[in-house]
Amino acid sequence: MLSYDLAVIGGGPAGMAAALKAREEGIEKIIILERADTLGGILEQCIHTGFGLHYFGEELSGPEYAGRFIKQVYDTDIEVKTDTMVLDISKDNVVTACNNVDGLITIKATAIVLAMGCRERPRGALSIAGSRASGIMTAGTAQKYVNINGYMPGKTVVILGSGDIGLIMARRMTLEGAKVKAVCELMPYSGGLTRNIVQCLEDFGIPLRLSCTVVKTHGKERLEGVTVANVDENLKPIPGTEEYIPCDTLMLSVGLIPENELSKNAGIELDRITNGPSVDEYRETLHKGVFACGNVLQVHDLVDYVTQESQIAGEGAAKYIKGEKKTGEYVKTQGENGVRYIVPQRINRETDKDVKLYFRVGKVFKNVRLSVKCGDEVIMSRNKKKMTPGEMENILIKLDTIKSLPSGSTITVTVEEA
Amino acid sequence: MTKREMVCVSCPIGCAVTVELDDNNEVVSVKGNTCPRGDKYARQECTHPERMLTSTVKLEGGKLPVISVKSASPIPKEMLFEAMKEINKVTLKAPVKIGDIVIKDILGTGVDIIATNES
Repeated sequence: MLSYDLAVIGGGPAGMAAALKAREEGIEKIIILERADTLGGILEQCIHTGFGLHYFGEELSGPEYAGRFIKQVYDTDIEVKTDTMVLDISKDNVVTACNNVDGLITIKATAIVLAMGCRERPRGALSIAGSRASGIMTAGTAQKYVNINGYMPGKTVVILGSGDIGLIMARRMTLEGAKVKAVCELMPYSGGLTRNIVQCLEDFGIPLRLSCTVVKTHGKERLEGVTVANVDENLKPIPGTEEYIPCDTLMLSVGLIPENELSKNAGIELDRITNGPSVDEYRETLHKGVFACGNVLQVHDLVDYVTQESQIAGEGAAKYIKGEKKTGEYVKTQGENGVRYIVPQRINRETDKDVKLYFRVGKVFKNVRLSVKCGDEVIMSRNKKKMTPGEMENILIKLDTIKSLPSGSTITVTVEEA
Repeated sequence: MTKREMVCVSCPIGCAVTVELDDNNEVVSVKGNTCPRGDKYARQECTHPERMLTSTVKLEGGKLPVISVKSASPIPKEMLFEAMKEINKVTLKAPVKIGDIVIKDILGTGVDIIATNES
């Protein structure tokens, strides 16, 4: 059995940032286990720009953003095993993995960082009527075909779901000469960033149809078209609103699911809203010594925030390895009145830094007051012009405030009339 | 005097920006932006809209058949499709490094198309 201070599972932006931060904090024996043949994760196929504006103050493409961290990792003595699939994490933090060089390997790690990222919701999760014609794929799969493999998956496209990847692909396909006929979104609002609606759809005159879904796919060998229909307030298709749109490709951008099979097998408790582990302010799960960060913890909009979160996890793991991480009483966090979840789910009262609470709202809010309460007492509040489900929000809780909270208390983030 | 509402696309925050234009379509004021990039974007958008362009070009002798590229800075919005035609004519030979110039001064814009990945 190999022995490491820290094993990081996943070599995307989250895993790399956590490993580098732990290294900076003086942790010596670190290994990154990555399933793909290179570090970088999904950023390798995200060739559009907009990455790094917060973290580097520059507008980088995905490969450039990843490239900076990949270089840093290889400049250290952090060990990297690519083409390596982690199969299991045991209760006593033994990682079992395999690859075609070492065969089956077991790694005993003092601390583990989970950074497996997320995957796209597939067609099977939607129950759309129709045959299994080719030409139906997730937007991320299409992105890989175009940007990595170098070929076009179709000529006329309908996109279901207005997640960011779908919007980005609408522009990408258009620039490469395809005709994107419509982006259909089940909800009455878009799931993507406003900037992507503007620069990926409006710029190219691609219609965004809200409260609209695909009810049927047509074609036997290859997709020939889809039937779309408007939906009512219960998200049910309205009879009589069906419209046939000829197309050879249907792309799905209908949500991302944190990839937590390993976490579940290890018995790590998951938050039923985020589908990621329940964590403390240093992103430690309820399984001692196991930390989580990036999209495996909660689906982010911006990689810059993934990096920040992963540095927190890396610092936490370093503290844990050095025996400096506080174990004491926790206060719980919760969302209310449209605040769907809070990460972290608990905060140690003995913590040593301010804590940012990250959350998403369940619907669009305009001109509201965002408050953080402990019981009836308002700890802090601020006015918000607009909050949408597509954009992750955060609010900072000062260290003094955390220390002053009664033991066993719960802090609640809530939306009120301004 | 006219008002124009827009969303700044400089970064993923996407500030809602209000621009006031006088009768000669000159920008009088920009409000709602949270950083200087928003002011610059709004003025540019009212006079001469520009966008970043990203794509891929063919690659020979590399691990993958294509490599990603971008415009080093935004180019006029109406030139995006014409620029794509130029980009799709290029075939690079490995090795390629991040920042290598793929097309110098594309369509006379003064902007280079550069590689954003390694081969």
